[in-house]
Amino acid sequence: MTLTTIAFYAFAIVLLASAVRVITAKNPVHSVLFLILAFFNAAGLFVLIGAEFVAMILVIVYVGAVAVLFLFVVMMLDINFQELRQGFMQYMPVGLVVGAILAVELVFLATTQLAGGPVGGQANNAPIPPVDQMTNTEAIGHILYTDYVYAFQVSGLILLVAMIGAIVLTLRSRPGVRRQQIGQQLDRKRGEVVQVRKVPTRGGV
Amino acid sequence: MALLDRTARGLFLWELVKGMALTFSYMFKPRVTLNYPYERGPTSPRFRGEHALRRYPNGEERCIACKLCEAICPALAITIEAEPREDGSRRTTRYDIDMTKCIYCGLCQEACPVDAIVEGPNLEFATETREELYYNKDKLLANGDRWEAQIAANLAADAPYR
Amino acid sequence: MMSDILAQLGAFWADLPLIVRIVVGILTIVVPLLIGMAMLTYFERKVMAAMQLRQGPNMVGPFGLLQPFADGLKLLSKETVVPTQANAGVFFAAPMLTFLLALVAWAVIPFGEGLVLADINVGVLYLFAISSLGVYGIIMAGWASNSKYAFLGGLRAAAQMVSYEVSIGLVIITVLLCVGSLNLSKIVEAQKTVWFFIPLFPMFIIFFISALAETNRAPFDLPEGESELSGGFNVEYSSMTFALFFLGEYINMILMSGMTTVLFLGGWLPPLDIAPLNWIPGPLWFIAKITFVLFCFIWVRATLPRYRYDQLMRLGWKVFLPFSLIWVVLTSGVLVYFDLLPK
Repeated sequence: MTLTTIAFYAFAIVLLASAVRVITAKNPVHSVLFLILAFFNAAGLFVLIGAEFVAMILVIVYVGAVAVLFLFVVMMLDINFQELRQGFMQYMPVGLVVGAILAVELVFLATTQLAGGPVGGQANNAPIPPVDQMTNTEAIGHILYTDYVYAFQVSGLILLVAMIGAIVLTLRSRPGVRRQQIGQQLDRKRGEVVQVRKVPTRGGV
Repeated sequence: MALLDRTARGLFLWELVKGMALTFSYMFKPRVTLNYPYERGPTSPRFRGEHALRRYPNGEERCIACKLCEAICPALAITIEAEPREDGSRRTTRYDIDMTKCIYCGLCQEACPVDAIVEGPNLEFATETREELYYNKDKLLANGDRWEAQIAANLAADAPYR
Repeated sequence: MMSDILAQLGAFWADLPLIVRIVVGILTIVVPLLIGMAMLTYFERKVMAAMQLRQGPNMVGPFGLLQPFADGLKLLSKETVVPTQANAGVFFAAPMLTFLLALVAWAVIPFGEGLVLADINVGVLYLFAISSLGVYGIIMAGWASNSKYAFLGGLRAAAQMVSYEVSIGLVIITVLLCVGSLNLSKIVEAQKTVWFFIPLFPMFIIFFISALAETNRAPFDLPEGESELSGGFNVEYSSMTFALFFLGEYINMILMSGMTTVLFLGGWLPPLDIAPLNWIPGPLWFIAKITFVLFCFIWVRATLPRYRYDQLMRLGWKVFLPFSLIWVVLTSGVLVYFDLLPK
């Protein structure tokens, strides 16, 4: 039992346990927090196989940004979750089927990969290129900007379109709303806005 | 030109730099606060602090139990009982001030014909219990003995204006 | 003679089991860090006092130096209050998480040449990941307290930290363009010729301001906002739980200063590699630079009033984000055009 093995089992057990808690937790906020724990342990597993770049990106993107927004929304919700649970048994078969398909696919992929099956054409169970020749940040960069450059650009474009779509959907100009014009405020000169007047006694302004 | 000026100021955070420079320059100015228990600000001779009953230089207490202070006290904080002493002079047997009621208006010392009850310069007489703030005659006389020098000096300093 | 002893010490050190070496390494970072944090609170109070013409703490110990320890003892001896409607598990997990994350990040900070606990290849990303996790402590505290002030504070903190992480990320990318490595030691070594705050000065300012927002310091201390939220996310916390938040916040401050130092102020390098300056060991330079950045943190706090929340968001998204994005493009353009890209 080396340190790495202990770490692997620790990460794996916590990952599975928290994944189970995600779907069994009564409180949705707890679910999200367990989801975050699961992400974090998955990142730990990535580090153990030498994929530190992927691990850090997982933490930064999913835990640091996506899950925060998740938590944000779930915390603000005011829904009766008992009510939502009522159809649980009704949808159970569908869920089981979907889960089973996913599991079969995963097992198939894993066995063929490990056996050097047809998917990659070679045994892909070790990092390529080996860790001691190139850091995996560089390796990912090389692949991403050569072989998959179009796919990479297209995925960026899709995100951009989604962002613009969201902005277009929510941006509306409401007439009659007075907003703070910071430029205008900064532009004000004392001489233009303040007037010193000599007020005559009992005369008023 | 004004636009350019404004943009340049905004871009180089000019106002921010000016503000930061100001606070930095203040860092080396002398402190204005006093290190209170060790340093203290001046108090006026008319300062109305803790009460004290004074004595004449020969040790005889000044108070003649005229009860003017008791009568004038707007907070009804003073209680006096009087009896003739063996030598026939009229003296108090009881002189209590409830310091929790007192409003430190100074009317008692104004009313006193013999300058017996005065409000001294002491302001640090906080206690842990309320009971300790019910002053009796012994406590007030002890205060008078303790602060006599300063009380006398304050009265002398204020005398020309009365 | 001297080198013999050193060699023997080195051999002795190498013979120790890995676990012992790791624990000793962690302790040599954490213990000075906690003392440094205590001194930082004292330093902050003294500097703020000087700028406001006050005295600052001067009663406990010589010049009041023991004041932070007295405060710590006071907090320890207080009662931990748990609100009845609070979610106890999350309520207690939040301060522990904040404190733990603040400490964990120090594993990759290089204090000198080779003086780093874990010299990992993705050091910057690790720091960035840990600092982005910091928001969870606050948001969990805000939610679990079951108080509207705490909740509002938590929400504000979440939105604020996520917003400013974007510009921090872009600033880090700019620095990485000039270095060509994610390793923190390599980033420092790349600044041997010129510290990055000179060519990347606007980025340095943006990073510093974003660091203020990221650590919830004035003028961006809206999550605490004692004047409108009466203490914000930690309003329900007392005693040790509060102390952990406090420790976490200040250690995070030191961490962000360390990050600023590594990315822009040349880490452990002396300003000029000439005789009297390079006699001083690297870690001392590092500490001196961190202290300078911390002074700037406090200086800003003593100078500027708190931002309004919409202004804060405007600054993050409408000013910093486009500006740093443009600067990333500009920097990479310049690097490519003059063929300065690191190989």
